[in-house]
Amino acid sequence: MTRDEALAQFLLRMGDNTLILGHRVSEWCGHAPVLEEDIALANTALDLIGQTQMWLGLAGEVQGMGKSADDLAFLRDVWDFRNLLLVEVPNGDFGRTLMRQCLFDAWHSIQLGHLMTSSDERVAAIAAKASKEVAYHLERSADTVVGLGDGTEESHRRMQEALDYLWPYVGEMFQSDEVDAEMVKAGIAPDPASLRADFDALITRIMGEATLTIPDSAFGHKGGRTGKMHTEHLGHLLTQMQWLQRAYPGAKW
Amino acid sequence: MSQTTDKPSVEQIWDWLDAVPDPEIPVISLVDLGIIRGVAWEGDTLEVAVTPTYSGCPATSVINMDIETALRDHGIENIRLKTQIAPPWTTDWMSEKGRAKLEDYGIAPPQPAGGPEKCPHCGSKNVTLVSQFGSTPCKAHWRCQDCLEPFDYFKCI
Repeated sequence: MTRDEALAQFLLRMGDNTLILGHRVSEWCGHAPVLEEDIALANTALDLIGQTQMWLGLAGEVQGMGKSADDLAFLRDVWDFRNLLLVEVPNGDFGRTLMRQCLFDAWHSIQLGHLMTSSDERVAAIAAKASKEVAYHLERSADTVVGLGDGTEESHRRMQEALDYLWPYVGEMFQSDEVDAEMVKAGIAPDPASLRADFDALITRIMGEATLTIPDSAFGHKGGRTGKMHTEHLGHLLTQMQWLQRAYPGAKW
Repeated sequence: MSQTTDKPSVEQIWDWLDAVPDPEIPVISLVDLGIIRGVAWEGDTLEVAVTPTYSGCPATSVINMDIETALRDHGIENIRLKTQIAPPWTTDWMSEKGRAKLEDYGIAPPQPAGGPEKCPHCGSKNVTLVSQFGSTPCKAHWRCQDCLEPFDYFKCI
């Protein structure tokens, strides 16, 4: 694998995470429990899709085959996606959506903090832009997780169920492969495993405040970021997200 | 041949751009917002560098169109718009004039403390957060506890 091939894979992983999570969060539009939450979710989704344009735009540029961010988002099928499994699982209830957001935001903010000092200035520029938005996402998702976790009996129960359900998807964020090794060697991105301590410290603090118990299990689902094995849910998501291009190939407006 | 001498000055172009309203908050201009990062002639082509506020802001494409339309109306034919993401946009780049106009319009201007200084309607400092997100990506939703009016706060980033 050449340096650029590895970089393109790395960029797809970043962009596919924000694309698929952005799409998932956008599914709440018009369905959130209150108007303010509806707006907050839609705004978060919008930020993530905006970041996707930058990551996938650069991925297309590095691939050098003339593909745009839109081409990569709409003209690939399941096996070409490189997002974490965490972001493709269905939303569940509002609590689970915010728990997933909090887990992702915690990782995302730490990852972007490292990428801001990337040896590749294009990567550093995108990270600097995105990290401002993500700091805000984390503030909100963490506040909401604490509010609901340390809330009523029912909200506490639902948040604990959400954490139990999502925890097995956390480990994949910290797995490394040859793509990561190449990125570390080039000084472009950190070794994913090296982010774990900061993530654990942050999440332990948030879940402590939320009176929630982090499951005592190291089991982790994997296969999303390598593209080896996605869940069945991603295919269903793509039929919605890519519907227009599938029904009317090449349609533009 | 003599076109170079007819080119409007860069200062003149900044003035023209200062008359182009932000599509979502039309009381302030694109220059007030701090998103025009550079204006320069490259031969006979005018290059304008624009930075997005939030990366997914849907106004971005409208803003680019408005810039082009305004400059064409002033007779500039060759325009190249460049998206510049680094350094990332910050509300520190908002002009004093823009901040004052925002407040007049009923939007509390950004504050380093992370919340509005006072209610833009009655001036009370007794204000409370309703939602961290508001009607556009750049705003949050607050309420005055004295006059009871809700208002937008321009987030500080």
